Amino acid sequence: MQWNSVGEFFAMGGYGLYVWGSFGACALLMVAEPLLARRRLSEVRKILARERLADELDLQQKNP
Amino acid sequence: MNAFFATVRRDLLLALRRKSEVLTAVFFFVIVTSLFPLGIGPEPVLLKKIAPGILWVAALLATLLGLPRLFAADHVDGTLEQMALSPSPLGMLVAGKILAHWLLCGLPLVLLAPVLGLQFDLDASALGILTLALLLGTPLLSLIGAIGAALTLGVRGGGVLLALLVLPLYIPALIFGAGAVEAHIAGLGAGGHLSLLAAMLALAVFFAPWATTAALRIALE
Amino acid sequence: MRQSIVHWFKFASPQSFYPLAGRMIPWFWAAAAIFGISGLWISFFVAPTDAQQGEGYRIIFVHVPASWMSMFIYLVMAFWAGLGLALNTRVSGMMAQALAPTGALMAALSLWTGALWGKPMWGAWWVWDARLTSELILFFLYLGFMALQAAIDDPRRADKAGAILALVGVVNIPIIYFSVKWWNTLHQGSTINLTKAPSMAQTMLWGMMLMALAFWMYSIAVALMRVRAIILERERHTEWVKHAVE
Repeated sequence: MQWNSVGEFFAMGGYGLYVWGSFGACALLMVAEPLLARRRLSEVRKILARERLADELDLQQKNP
Repeated sequence: MNAFFATVRRDLLLALRRKSEVLTAVFFFVIVTSLFPLGIGPEPVLLKKIAPGILWVAALLATLLGLPRLFAADHVDGTLEQMALSPSPLGMLVAGKILAHWLLCGLPLVLLAPVLGLQFDLDASALGILTLALLLGTPLLSLIGAIGAALTLGVRGGGVLLALLVLPLYIPALIFGAGAVEAHIAGLGAGGHLSLLAAMLALAVFFAPWATTAALRIALE
Repeated sequence: MRQSIVHWFKFASPQSFYPLAGRMIPWFWAAAAIFGISGLWISFFVAPTDAQQGEGYRIIFVHVPASWMSMFIYLVMAFWAGLGLALNTRVSGMMAQALAPTGALMAALSLWTGALWGKPMWGAWWVWDARLTSELILFFLYLGFMALQAAIDDPRRADKAGAILALVGVVNIPIIYFSVKWWNTLHQGSTINLTKAPSMAQTMLWGMMLMALAFWMYSIAVALMRVRAIILERERHTEWVKHAVE
């Protein structure tokens, strides 16, 4: 272990901006992408659920 | 083979009826290359250094201009479907159309390039290499571009999309084409660059009409 | 043998692939997390400080995996696209479509981290280094693929057109790479190499491998999530989808 303090760890020997900029961008995008993918899936599901409901209502109206 | 030449002849005839379309690409080439000295300044040493790159980039963009029309008109009036149904192989007809495109959009650029090169103070041997590189390179551009034209046939925003698809694939041609002239000016000899261009051209002659045909069949489904 | 082929082909239909993908996703997330945490531990706490580049070299622990994945995903994408074209399986085209955004993301991360590495090491955000330039072109190829698929309304045509583009791209990538390399050596001046690490310590290599595995598992997991959404979007009018979504 080469870090003596937390401050030293975040300073990265003067390269803090570059190192944390790289890791931060990766973390940000790699959190955002799955969230977007999940939202896309849940949106399709919502639409499908609505269509299903509409179908059921249609059926009820036809044969009450 | 007859069908091939018939297609070339037909496309040339059609283009001659609408000369302005062909001339647009040529004028574009002339104007773009003339804009660079105005934007950069008339310093002969600098202009001579950037001339190959400018002429090549302008040639890439000029060939791009004619590409959306390569199949569009035939697609709209149904000729393309007839071609797909005809007894002669579609690949042969497509190759004929590509050759016609090169004769109309590529060859004029090759013939004009030495004249435009004079604007940039290139000497006679460099102009010779430039013309030779364009002669090998512009058919390559037509062949690769035809794949893109077939893929974007009848698609929303086809023209811009075509540029996005095709320009990255043009990069090797640009590197070796402009590089040939630069290497010649630097006294390194252009042989390596020109033979690599020729090799890529041979590869493209073999594969591009085939890929274009496949893409056209998908568009026609 | 015969039976196992039939068994595999079963998953070529969206109906049976959808639940399979759903069952696989948590495992890939778990693998990504395990590899990622151990990789991060090594990259920050075990790997020693580099003699020449100080702590700045730690960027390679994300830069190199992102670059590898961006190239690898293009190959996988072209493989699925080609399979879809040859065997006419629907899931293959959906897989290719699901992989493209992840590949583009990896290419973008590779460019971003490359720039952040270049600034302190080369003194410039962008250098026309052969690798960086090829990565940029790869990014453009991903954008072209995604733009083409987005522009075509009929999903079957989009799949097939995308497949041809991906295959043309795969043939071109080595040509582009070697031409850019040639161009780079001809124009002297910027011939510093990203991987010119003179003596990469064993622990550094381990960290990079673990991070690469984490990125790989992440890519699979997120692509499977996206492919599930694509399956439902495209198959929404079929009977099974109506029953699959309760």
